[in-house]
Amino acid sequence: MAVKVNPEECIGCTACVGACPFGAIVMEDGKALITDACTACGACIDICPVGAIHREVEEKNVSMNKDEFKGVWVYIEQVDGHARNVGYELLNEGRKLADAMGQELAGILIGDNVDQLTKEVFARGADKIYLVEGKEFSHYSTDAYTITLTDLIHTYKPAVILMGATNDGRDLGPRVAGRVGTGLTADCTNLGIDPATGLVAWTRPAFGGNIMATILCPDHRPQMGTIRPNVFKRSAPDYSRTGEIVKVASKVKMTDIRTKLLEIIREGVASANLEEAEIIVSGGRGLTKPESFALIEELADVLGGAVGASRAVVDAGWKPALYQVGQTGKTVGPKVYFACGISGAIQHVAGMSSSDIVIAINKDPDAPIFKIANYGIVGDVMEVIPALIDEIKKVKTAG
Amino acid sequence: MDIVVCVKQVPDTTEVRIDPETNTLIRQGVPSIVNPFDKNAVEAALQLREKYGGKVTILSMGPLQSKEALKECLAMGADEAVLLSDRAFGGSDTLATSHALAAGLRKMGKVDIILCGKQAIDGDTAQVGPEIAEHLGITQVTYVSKINTVDEQVIRVEREHEEGYEVIEAQMPVLLTVVKSINEPRYPTVKGTMKANRKEIPVWTVDDVEVDRDALGLKGSPTQVRRIFTPERRVQGEMMQADTAREAAALLVKRLVEVKII
Repeated sequence: MAVKVNPEECIGCTACVGACPFGAIVMEDGKALITDACTACGACIDICPVGAIHREVEEKNVSMNKDEFKGVWVYIEQVDGHARNVGYELLNEGRKLADAMGQELAGILIGDNVDQLTKEVFARGADKIYLVEGKEFSHYSTDAYTITLTDLIHTYKPAVILMGATNDGRDLGPRVAGRVGTGLTADCTNLGIDPATGLVAWTRPAFGGNIMATILCPDHRPQMGTIRPNVFKRSAPDYSRTGEIVKVASKVKMTDIRTKLLEIIREGVASANLEEAEIIVSGGRGLTKPESFALIEELADVLGGAVGASRAVVDAGWKPALYQVGQTGKTVGPKVYFACGISGAIQHVAGMSSSDIVIAINKDPDAPIFKIANYGIVGDVMEVIPALIDEIKKVKTAG
Repeated sequence: MDIVVCVKQVPDTTEVRIDPETNTLIRQGVPSIVNPFDKNAVEAALQLREKYGGKVTILSMGPLQSKEALKECLAMGADEAVLLSDRAFGGSDTLATSHALAAGLRKMGKVDIILCGKQAIDGDTAQVGPEIAEHLGITQVTYVSKINTVDEQVIRVEREHEEGYEVIEAQMPVLLTVVKSINEPRYPTVKGTMKANRKEIPVWTVDDVEVDRDALGLKGSPTQVRRIFTPERRVQGEMMQADTAREAAALLVKRLVEVKII
């Protein structure tokens, strides 16, 4: 599909030039001209006051029989036999998609000794589980997991696959999509069904979180997407639920795996907890010096929460990158998020806006963080945090 | 050692703002830059060349103005740069882009290491790197934060992970995507900039590479953008009105107790 301007109808108002997120429209001889940078997003179609811009449907040479592909799959990512929360979050969301499509929901479980997870996967909403087990899956490897997921897709033909946008998910997803030759939408923060087509509508932030884009995969199957952890909630488990387990033999030979995991270097517990934490205390440049970060750690400690950091703090080398919350860091969705001395740049907000409650402390009353905060204190973090720590301790000892 | 770095010219998204009246992106005055993570990839390539010898080539796909980005990488110290530019590539999604770049890489012949930034800051997809590796049928390691050793058979790297780092040995040839913490990209020197200005940057069109045309551009893109909109912002919350930090803190704690957070 391409977007075209009808020069006969174009009145040269330039509204589309400004509306194009990709800067792909220029004026030539008083008429709008769409250049190579066009991604056919259609933003110009909506804004054109005279309807001079339209979408042209191109013939596609896709031999896929789309009707053969049925069901919604959720890839259950696990580490050492423990499923990451994101898999359960996606089962809850995948359940809604599957119900809306009138199709079944399946969990994909690949690993070594992971059959103990099947009970939980059913309890979280799956109708069916495809289970592939073997020593070759004891640690994640691009090769073994790609071969296996691709084989499952070719054999059982799902319509939709949801994966967590974790480091492994974002390693596996594009490799599989590339092998299968289908579309993958990265890092989604919202899912739905497009009413006009019945396709999955994948919504994701782009341009550093400044805009949202809704993306469809019309002609290829499966429709694939990675979804950020913590944007959807898990459902309460229902252990009375059961379903069919389809055991599939592994086709991976040890020689297929071209990488070897030699060692795992674990970071501190605080960072490991960041994505699953219920309370996060994050510090930014407002702390003015690296030593002050101890205050953030103390507040997190008093609240029993994890520590996060803004990009400015990570760039300055006060904290390792693993602590970074934001568009290029981690996405978090705790019950409570404390933003201390963080201005709230859109890139930071993109990584924490699904928090239930946001508390902002900043000395600049105009800081954008206050626009999304449920509770705010205008003040110097160096004064407010110690006071806050005292007050919380008082309440805790009294209670 | 033959190293190719794939780079993308992007609008500096930290400078992008939304026009509150029209709810559209303000692109005017937003500079085009080399994707920051790609600069880390260039730096990693230059360090590998310093250690092991060889050649560093930069590859990009985009409109002709992307030559500016390639020049900057040459000024940092890369040996050669090639731009894939053709109307046929326009409107490509990640899969179509990866087909074009893979075709360019095939034309280059022997490549030992391909380096990419972990993601581009305009799209943030992190997909083109792994998709290139898939089309070329080579090993990939994503989120690389350190390159330890390289020989003809294997490369040892550290990979960033949610819980820490993995030390991985990967068979060559390999495609690596790198994170910011891997290094601090060098600035171009005056001498390097002058040299880069003199350097010719070949432009390869679709006719210069061997590729299935149906796999390129809008036609070769399985994903389509259906709608673009500005994200909703939350409503204004409650500000703690107090004269001192102590009072404000006490008021906040009172609220947090009320809503059962503490």
